[in-house]
Amino acid sequence: MVLEDSRAVRVVVNGEVREADAPVRMLLSDFLRHRLGLTGTHVGCEQGVCGSCTIHLNGDPHRSCLLLAVQAHGEEITTIEGMREHPVALSFARCHAIQCGFCTAGLVMSATAFLREEPAPSRQAIVGAVSSNLCRCTGYQNIVRAVAEAAAEMGAQADERASPDTSAAVGPG
Amino acid sequence: MTTRLIGASVPRSEDRRILDGAGVFIDDIEPAGCLHVAMVRSTCANGRIRRVDATPARAAPGVVAVYTADDLGELGRRNLPLLIPNPALTEPRTQFLLAFEYVHFVGEAVAMVVAESRYAAEDAAGLVEVDYTEFPAVVGPLNAFHSKERAHVDMNTNVAAHFVQEHGDTEAAFEGATRVLEREFMVERSAATPIECRGVVAIPEQTGQLLVYDSSQAPSTIRAGLSTYLGVAEHEVEVVAPDVGGGFGVKLPVFYPEEILVPWAARRLGAPVKFVEDRSEHFVASNHERAQWHRVKVGYEEDGRICGLVDEFIHDAGAYCPYGIIIPIVTASRLPGPYKIPAYGSEMHVVYTNTVPVTPYRGAGMPQGAFVMERVIDLIARDLGVDRAEVRRRNFIAPDEFPYVVGLMDEDGTTTTYDSGDYPRGFEKLLESIGHAGFPAEQAAALAEGRRIGIGFGCYVEGTGCGPYEGARIHVETTGKVFVSTGIATQGQSHCTILSQIVADVLGVALDDVVVKTGDTRQFKWATGTFASRIAVVAGSAVAEAALLVKEKAAEIAARIFEASTADVAFEDGDVFVKGSPDVRIPLRQVAVLANPLRYAFSSEALAATQFVGDGERAKAPPPSEVAPGLEATAYASPEFATFASGAHAAVVEVDVETGAVRILRYSVVHDCGRMINPAVVEGQVHGGTAQGIGGALYERICYDEEGQLKNANFMDFLVPYASEIPEICVEHTETPSPLNPLGVKGVGEAGCISAAPAVIGAIEDALGVEITSSPLSPEMVAGLAAGSAGGEAAGSFAARGGVGQSRGETDGA
Ligand code: FES
Ligand code: FES
Repeated sequence: MVLEDSRAVRVVVNGEVREADAPVRMLLSDFLRHRLGLTGTHVGCEQGVCGSCTIHLNGDPHRSCLLLAVQAHGEEITTIEGMREHPVALSFARCHAIQCGFCTAGLVMSATAFLREEPAPSRQAIVGAVSSNLCRCTGYQNIVRAVAEAAAEMGAQADERASPDTSAAVGPG
Repeated sequence: MTTRLIGASVPRSEDRRILDGAGVFIDDIEPAGCLHVAMVRSTCANGRIRRVDATPARAAPGVVAVYTADDLGELGRRNLPLLIPNPALTEPRTQFLLAFEYVHFVGEAVAMVVAESRYAAEDAAGLVEVDYTEFPAVVGPLNAFHSKERAHVDMNTNVAAHFVQEHGDTEAAFEGATRVLEREFMVERSAATPIECRGVVAIPEQTGQLLVYDSSQAPSTIRAGLSTYLGVAEHEVEVVAPDVGGGFGVKLPVFYPEEILVPWAARRLGAPVKFVEDRSEHFVASNHERAQWHRVKVGYEEDGRICGLVDEFIHDAGAYCPYGIIIPIVTASRLPGPYKIPAYGSEMHVVYTNTVPVTPYRGAGMPQGAFVMERVIDLIARDLGVDRAEVRRRNFIAPDEFPYVVGLMDEDGTTTTYDSGDYPRGFEKLLESIGHAGFPAEQAAALAEGRRIGIGFGCYVEGTGCGPYEGARIHVETTGKVFVSTGIATQGQSHCTILSQIVADVLGVALDDVVVKTGDTRQFKWATGTFASRIAVVAGSAVAEAALLVKEKAAEIAARIFEASTADVAFEDGDVFVKGSPDVRIPLRQVAVLANPLRYAFSSEALAATQFVGDGERAKAPPPSEVAPGLEATAYASPEFATFASGAHAAVVEVDVETGAVRILRYSVVHDCGRMINPAVVEGQVHGGTAQGIGGALYERICYDEEGQLKNANFMDFLVPYASEIPEICVEHTETPSPLNPLGVKGVGEAGCISAAPAVIGAIEDALGVEITSSPLSPEMVAGLAAGSAGGEAAGSFAARGGVGQSRGETDGA
């Protein structure tokens, strides 16, 4: 059966080259989780609605349940496992923005991508940005706060780096 | 007890693993050689199975086995348990593991495919052919009550239970009342939908043991039940709840069929077997709640004081009633909320419908009761032309009236009795928070600009912390780590953090040195489960007691070393010392070494500890022989009565009369859960519950058509709110400690979701000046109300419920 045909899929995940066989119909989310053992990316719907499976593909946020593993061949991927100590992640903990933690990876990935585009967002812009992801536990209050605090902190760091000898803004992490 | 950590918003101990992607959720568990399950589910809502043909599926690639009811032998003829029987439940029905002869809802498990991958299992599941003789489906509680069709064709009624209760003399109350009002109310069906679906992984170990990972809210109960159903000794089965991605009640039921079928198949096949639900499946295979129709008659005085209330209601049990009539019992006992109703009568009819079974979902009957009661208060206010806040004030139970007997049967079988509270205080705080005093002017100003804004209120009393018991064991390790194990399972409520706070406070150790393990029967066997907002209260009390026992034991050992009295031993910063001489101290981990008669000096601390045992003074150090070894203690808490938290919500909304869109401009909550262990955690619970409640008021509706097909079994059409739908929620607290437990705590888990619908819908009612008697409201319904094309009665009638809910694509394009 052609659906069962496998291909070798090679990706750079969190800076590391990884390769494994994947049936051509295998979702990227399943490939990351069950072939590469990167189970920090979660699957809440497989329908592109909840955002739990959000990863960065070549720097842009994507729902990994809406991609096939073979589509990611040769591409660069970042998952939550590559976000250790990221200011956004730390801010989530500081702001009590996590309850069950099932949605958290997707939200951190969405928020980091958003802040790269818009380093000094308004509250309304943050609400709009995190509205790509469902969370059933937190009522979003502390998630919005966590993203705002992370933005402020990253902005301050960027200012610090930028101020001494250059006027060019340095994009945050 | 020195208090440093209890009451502090310390960071959560759970977060590090989650943020590193190192949490272990059910689908993350995949042992080598694991086989995968896909279920074949009924496509027919009410029918007799004529034939199941699994032959083509068995021949499909990668398939290991396909099981139907006939393949299960004895097990296939055994119904799932009726967990809470009640004499009023005269027609109990629970399902079979795999449908046997009949199916009663779309989604009921008919066959199980086991294959080498989930992909292969799903392919093969599509090849299993099932023929049905279809019967008319029974859908909706009112319809079920009046219909000639039967949800179970072998029954001559759809009524499973009929239960009448009365507290006080309602007849006399109505005779004496100066005004009487009657209304019908409808709350529609909804679902918990945690972002992680259900799952179970069963691993037959080389030792012969069966290890089951289950995303359950009650792993200890699962273990006990599994042993019975599988016919294996209890000690041969262990059940572990890994990290669980939200529960809200839907992961509580013991059992969903897969929770027995998967371990059964693993034993039979001698290989690990895994089942993880997908999202569409979750909607038809995991339980729902909420649907109830009510008719209320209320008698009151000219000043708005209620003298009597009778509520007759129909509760939709779905196809089966594994939890008996517990939800309608909660509805009945909690309906009066914070109000004094001198004479209260309740009559419930519990009906079967050909829909997904109904078991508790966050709030478990309370939101329906609160919706009805709060609408009644608003109706009285409207009838009398009195401010709605004022009618509430006039009916509140006064702070000096506790303990207050509500009178009806509570979920634990006791007579509902509120332990403590101060409802007026919380409510006044709420009015201030939402800006009630200035609202009439605000509303008039808005109206002058052509904007329709309104304010609404919802008060509630939440039963929390019921028995029978929880327990915990605390072990101070010689490493200095304090290991706490408890049988409760956790689904994101920060239990590990709050239990650590209690232990760290009692033992005077650092928070980071306390490690809490939940939901693992290998560590702690005894537990009831996580539901009814009971963990902080019941497990918290058990943990506090166990910590005190450990402390006592440590004090005795230390007292012998220091040659002091136990009462003088102090605990601080992980050390023990004698009060008054804080410079001579030994670490608690050394006391732990001394607590074990077999204390090999594995480490320098241990060596140091053994040196306290000088020649001839052996009696000084080791514990007497009647004392168990180890610095360890186990304790249980068994509250006789529940403790009652309370609070109130207020919303200010703006309604677009053209589109029916509702925007929440301000939202305030004042909550009272007694003494707070961690205010940030409490707030998080209130935030999450409130968002679920707002979803329940405006977006979330489970839609069945007349054939019993679920029309919106996905997140595109069942609208769980995103951040864009949830306003900033202002949470304030009052603290009325519970007299029923040493910590003075009350539960908080369900609070948020109880009163959001009455507050939001009351505000819409106020904005439009119409009467609204049903929940949830869709934009079409709101627009209809605004245009006057649908009056209050139409909005309340089941027929006008707006049919299929709006889908995401149509509304917000999110
Ligand atoms: S799992 Fe990909 S969006 Fe929900
Ligand atoms: S924290 Fe549970 S879904 Fe977001």
